[in-house]
Amino acid sequence: MTALRITDLVFRWPRQAEICLDIARFDLAAGERVFLHGASGSGKSTLLGLLGGVALPQQGRIELLGTDITRLSSRARDRFRADHIGFLFQQFNLLPWLPAIDNVLLPCTFSARRRERAGADPRAEAERMLRHLDLDTASWRKPAGELSVGQQQRVAAARALIGRPEILISDEPTSALDAERQQVFIDLLLQESAAVGATLVFVSHDRRLAGHFDRVVALDEINRTAQEVAA
Amino acid sequence: MKAVLRLAALSAWSRRLTLGLTLVAIALAVTLLLAVERIRVDARQSFTQSVSGVDLVVGARTGSVQLMLYAVFHAGAASNNIAWDSYQMIATHPAVDWALPLSLGDSHRGFAVLGTSADYFARFRYGDREELRLRQGKPFAGVFEAVLGSEVAQGLGYRLDDKIILSHGLGELGPEHGDKPFRVTGILAPTGTPVDRTVHVSLESISALHLDWVGGAPMPGVNIPAEFVAKFDLRPKQITAALVGLKQRGDVFRMQRFVNQYRGEPLLAVLPGVALDELWQSIALLERTLLAVSALVVLVGLAGLAATLLAGLNERRRELAILRALGAGPGDMFLMLTAEGVLVTAAGALLGLALLTVASSLAAPWLLDRLGVVLGTRWPGTAELALIGAVIATGLVASLIPGWRAWRMSLADGLTPKL
Repeated sequence: MTALRITDLVFRWPRQAEICLDIARFDLAAGERVFLHGASGSGKSTLLGLLGGVALPQQGRIELLGTDITRLSSRARDRFRADHIGFLFQQFNLLPWLPAIDNVLLPCTFSARRRERAGADPRAEAERMLRHLDLDTASWRKPAGELSVGQQQRVAAARALIGRPEILISDEPTSALDAERQQVFIDLLLQESAAVGATLVFVSHDRRLAGHFDRVVALDEINRTAQEVAA
Repeated sequence: MKAVLRLAALSAWSRRLTLGLTLVAIALAVTLLLAVERIRVDARQSFTQSVSGVDLVVGARTGSVQLMLYAVFHAGAASNNIAWDSYQMIATHPAVDWALPLSLGDSHRGFAVLGTSADYFARFRYGDREELRLRQGKPFAGVFEAVLGSEVAQGLGYRLDDKIILSHGLGELGPEHGDKPFRVTGILAPTGTPVDRTVHVSLESISALHLDWVGGAPMPGVNIPAEFVAKFDLRPKQITAALVGLKQRGDVFRMQRFVNQYRGEPLLAVLPGVALDELWQSIALLERTLLAVSALVVLVGLAGLAATLLAGLNERRRELAILRALGAGPGDMFLMLTAEGVLVTAAGALLGLALLTVASSLAAPWLLDRLGVVLGTRWPGTAELALIGAVIATGLVASLIPGWRAWRMSLADGLTPKL
């Protein structure tokens, strides 16, 4: 089954002349773990924005799990995103005043599907994940804002993975760490997404991290805008 | 929903300083608005309560509001007196049931002295036709005896048989009738009317005080000691005003015309209700101005609320963005923002009410003393609840607008890695 299929996508930011992304075809199989790399300004974040439904392409289709999200209403897109996609960002986007474990549980609060898939007791599931991600028990009840960067990263990862979303999108989540710990975290992420059976899209400008992924894709290879510029 | 409300509470707690300031701003605005409204209503109430069952107030010809003010509320001075004969003529008119003479002009430490007949204590009515009640002692019987209103006795610490000295004129610094002290024979129970701030003496006492006075000052070289005043004719020659009750209310306009057309001297008879209406009309503009000013204050308070909320928007925006990215729908957001807005404005309104209660109980004695306004402590009435409701509603709108803006901006923020 295809987790992601992009067909004939053209996207241009409002009030800008040049086309930013022009992708004829891009497929990801379910469970595939792909490393997508590109230089700064190559359109990585724009692509993730399109996958998340923040922006809509001028042309083309974006099918996630067989649903064309460009045809959904904005409310339905919000719901689809919450139900099926886990996001993990460079900035983690935790609520600083909320205890770590409650941050992990947020997707279960707003998505019934994620709650169901988190098992009979979502709180126990959150605790299991935090333990598995090596976050010491003392930090679970602390507000997320009081945790160290490394700890926040684990909390953010647990939040992205809870309720077993089919797709996990991750944008430079390791840039705050040193090289050695980056690799440890990426291995953890690969392992966890395999455990929940999620398709992983990992975006980074740093090719050195690509080692353990199933597939490595350069954005410039699939984006025809870049090829025209290069030619 | 419980989980969402819990999030709202935790989020609000994390912004407790700004929200606390907002709450205080709302509380102060509510206090001011209610204080103005309450003083307005209570002032009206105090005036209306001051006199009951009187059909006509009679005095020298002047403005009807002015006559009411000095005759009933002992505020301001009479421009002219009326002759005792004129009073007799009215009091003995066949349509008149009863009449009470009032003689004003002296004072005791800022409290008005009222010369009247002993009938006053039996006849006078206030509020809802309530009679005056003596808390202690008995009415005055002879010359140089006084009955004190409750405020006079309480404020100056007087008891029965204490001696008090009256002053000429209404100011606290007028020349004293030091040679003729009065004995306190009775103290009245509180009424919440100007009676509480009045020293009551007989008309004869007033005459006796002024035997050796002429033109507002002691006659030089003449001094009549208190023990000799009984030898003089103490029947009053003039009084300030009179309260008149009729046998039949239907006669009131005929009697008013009779008084106004009296040929002996220019007199004025007014119906208390009509004169009070005139008074309200003359102060309506002032009232409306006051209310407008306090409404402006509330508006400023609410603008402050909106401003603090907008200032906190960046913080808030990130938060809403994250929640929206995680699947919170417009309903969830609306619930969170509304819960917070209602909580803050309602708590502000409650705090405002509490402040008002404390402030009014502190200010009540002063208001009663200086302005004669009885400020009651009570539960908010319908008009006040409507005002509070309006404040809460406006506060809610003020907090929802920033929330709505945040919602519109939020998705891009929450899913864009760089913030």
